[in-house]
Amino acid sequence: MAAIFQGVGAAAPLSSSPSNSFDSNKSVFSPRRSFSVRKRASFAVVRSDGIVNLNPKGRSAQRLISNAVATKADSPAASSSSKPGHELLLFEALQEGLEEEMERDPRVCVMGEDVGHYGGSYKVTKGLAKRFGDLRVLDTPIAENSFTGMGIGAAMTGLRPVIEGMNMGFLLLAFNQISNNCGMLHYTSGGQFTIPVVIRGPGGVGRQLGAEHSQRLESYFQSIPGIQMVACSTPYNAKGLMKAAIRSENPVILFEHVLLYNLKERLPDEDYICNLEEAEMVRPGEHVTILTYSRMRYHVMQAAKTLVNKGYDPEVIDIRSLKPFDLHTIGNSVKKTHRVLIVEECMRTGGIGASLTAAITENFNDYLDAPIMCLSSQDVPTPYAGTLEEVTVVQPAQIVTAVEQICQ
Amino acid sequence: MGRMGFSPKHACLTDEKDPNRQKITNLTSCLLVSCQLNLHCEVRPPFSSKFPLPFFPSLPIGTKATKMSTAFSAANFSTQSFPLNHTSTTSHDSPLVFAKPTSQFLRSTRKLRLSSSSKLNLNRRSGTVVAVSDVVKQKKSKSTPTLLITKEEGLELYEDMVLGRAFEDMCAQMYYRGKMFGFVHLYNGQEAVSTGFIKLLKQQDSVVSTYRDHVHALSKGVPARAVMSELFGKTTGCCRGQGGSMHMFSREHNLLGGFAFIGEGIPVATGAAFTSKYKREVLKEADCDHVTLAFFGDGTCNNGQFFECLNMAALWKLPIVFVVENNLWAIGMSHLRSTSDPQIYKKGPAFGMPGIHVDGMDVLKVREVAKEAIGRARRGEGPTLVECETYRFRGHSLADPDELRDPAEKAHYAARDPITALKKYLTENNLASDAELKAIDKKIDEVVEDAVEFADESPVPPRSQLLENVFADPKGFGIGPDGRYRCEDPKFTEGTAHV
Repeated sequence: MAAIFQGVGAAAPLSSSPSNSFDSNKSVFSPRRSFSVRKRASFAVVRSDGIVNLNPKGRSAQRLISNAVATKADSPAASSSSKPGHELLLFEALQEGLEEEMERDPRVCVMGEDVGHYGGSYKVTKGLAKRFGDLRVLDTPIAENSFTGMGIGAAMTGLRPVIEGMNMGFLLLAFNQISNNCGMLHYTSGGQFTIPVVIRGPGGVGRQLGAEHSQRLESYFQSIPGIQMVACSTPYNAKGLMKAAIRSENPVILFEHVLLYNLKERLPDEDYICNLEEAEMVRPGEHVTILTYSRMRYHVMQAAKTLVNKGYDPEVIDIRSLKPFDLHTIGNSVKKTHRVLIVEECMRTGGIGASLTAAITENFNDYLDAPIMCLSSQDVPTPYAGTLEEVTVVQPAQIVTAVEQICQ
Repeated sequence: MGRMGFSPKHACLTDEKDPNRQKITNLTSCLLVSCQLNLHCEVRPPFSSKFPLPFFPSLPIGTKATKMSTAFSAANFSTQSFPLNHTSTTSHDSPLVFAKPTSQFLRSTRKLRLSSSSKLNLNRRSGTVVAVSDVVKQKKSKSTPTLLITKEEGLELYEDMVLGRAFEDMCAQMYYRGKMFGFVHLYNGQEAVSTGFIKLLKQQDSVVSTYRDHVHALSKGVPARAVMSELFGKTTGCCRGQGGSMHMFSREHNLLGGFAFIGEGIPVATGAAFTSKYKREVLKEADCDHVTLAFFGDGTCNNGQFFECLNMAALWKLPIVFVVENNLWAIGMSHLRSTSDPQIYKKGPAFGMPGIHVDGMDVLKVREVAKEAIGRARRGEGPTLVECETYRFRGHSLADPDELRDPAEKAHYAARDPITALKKYLTENNLASDAELKAIDKKIDEVVEDAVEFADESPVPPRSQLLENVFADPKGFGIGPDGRYRCEDPKFTEGTAHV
């Protein structure tokens, strides 16, 4: 469990920005228009000591830039200084969301390992302890089960804790508290106590972090009744989901991904949240529905470029809400395209994709022209070797092949 | 496998080599270890550099700490009897005449190890071993006999303990009549701990318990009707019938459960104490001095959550008291067989908090210790670990045949029934008459019968209740295929929807 993050070179894929159109009357923004991919690759390598290297020469960074084809010009003008909003990296967006909520409500507090003085192992809580104090941004000892339980007890008695797992995998030690208390206490107390906690942390397969630091816990937690699970994938929805999760009365588990922390995006200056239960339409299309979440969204988008060149028109939906599924958005898409491909980073067995397949089959079986295909990670403890690690997760080439197969 | 004579306390106290120890042979059940030196080393900024004084139970008659430390020098130890057990039974006076245990293996190594280790511990820490009863005795002899409780307090304690006992007995009856099912864990014999501690709390203080929580709920103020209905699984129960025996919750009375897995509640209690500190220091509610009590058993003291929370509570000086109800048995596992060092109170100083051992069959002693521990927490001096030596007269649960425990052991503790002892104290000290106590008995009988009637007549939960409390915000069920939130679907309010 001693996580030594030495120079985790998180090379980010291309930045993406949803269109900034939103109804200024509403505070909830549901992006429903497509977004275009910029030619310029903006990514940075942030080392664990906080030094940002803006010109990385990592081999892995290069690999993710495929032939970038700009399909549509951006609606705002070229010069970035005249655009509204401000640019943030994903971890900064999380930090901003957290900070805004902590300002807004004094009961919001953070607890976790190294969240205070160290600023968080991925710098999501950087600067918060200086600003809000050691009690509001609590550095806990290495006792996940107990400090998660402590967060739950604090939530029952009036606070709104944000519990950070330094790596999602460490929350396996807190499974007892998450399953038994977090999920159940509202019910077994007959509705007397609410547990408005947010449990968050980075998970997913990183860059050769080894098996135990590369776990995807969404499949383990999905059966727990009484909790909600969301996965963020862009700075925009990271900030929005973080805020929505903190404001929610339900316990929410927010899944972040180790490799996505350095995505950059322009965020609106206004206060906004992302609906916890809604999915995000990333790219409308006609031929096939591709359902994905978290990092796989970027692999899908990369494959989408290739597919577009080959003449396919995939509809890409980032499901965002892993539990419960947004059956409305998904259903509408299935009714339109009649073909479904699920691309996920979870294990094959018992993963989110498996549940999603079942849900779609139950609800929309009549609309399907082909069996649902699900691309997941292999049921293998993530190997350290880079070449092996690469093949345990789904790569864009596999996605392209799968779409071609489905659309035959 | 007898438990008699195992008692580690006895073992360390009768270490012949240590003259100090010899004198306190009798004070087997009241042992106080203060830990001055060690505590000073372990304090950590930034939370507070103020350091807790060695822990002594503070007495109403202003005996100061310094005075006490001299009073408690070895010479003053005497073999006085305890307040409640003037004519103590033979077994209590000379603990070592208990029947020898059959298992020599367990017995011998334990004794040797304990006497040497505990002696080492005590000497190394230069702690002052103090007997609560002796302090109490001192107080008594110094002035005109002043009692530990007033009449009102005495009657309140008596009524609470009788309520606990009568309620649990009725639970057993109802269980065997098929009115309640599942796992039901009864508290007979341990009432002194619940009453002794919880009756000192305010309504805003929190209590966290285990699956043996009926009496904690009753002591905290949850009406007997609500608890009985909950046990019957009726919708009028304190948790609407959704929790059951092992999940008693009450927002109004700040009872934070009721947990089925052992150790699970301790972090929750730590969290409640954290909220209290947070409210005072961050939200600036200066008068917030809410205390949390965490009750758990001897088996739990081998669980990781226990140690992790001792650490955190001491680290941040949380206003919490960890109350160990050491009834020596975890279902069929004797405390000795599962614990390397059975003296649980010693684990407190290892984390920088006082560890106290008290006779949990004596409600007045428990109350004295509780006063100080709760006072410490209220004053912001941090947590305390209190080990109450107690016993459950019945099996672990109503499904437990209870074949493993030695009848002699059961008889020994039955003779120390806390209710009988308190009754004796009250009558002998002219605090209450037999008639008054009998009236209370009768009143409680009526309360319990009324609770059963109420529970019987209450309705069972309707189908529509199934999905109501899964989420605080029912939007958590998600958006259905038709675009509306599933909770708006009438099938949800009927409880027939599939989630």
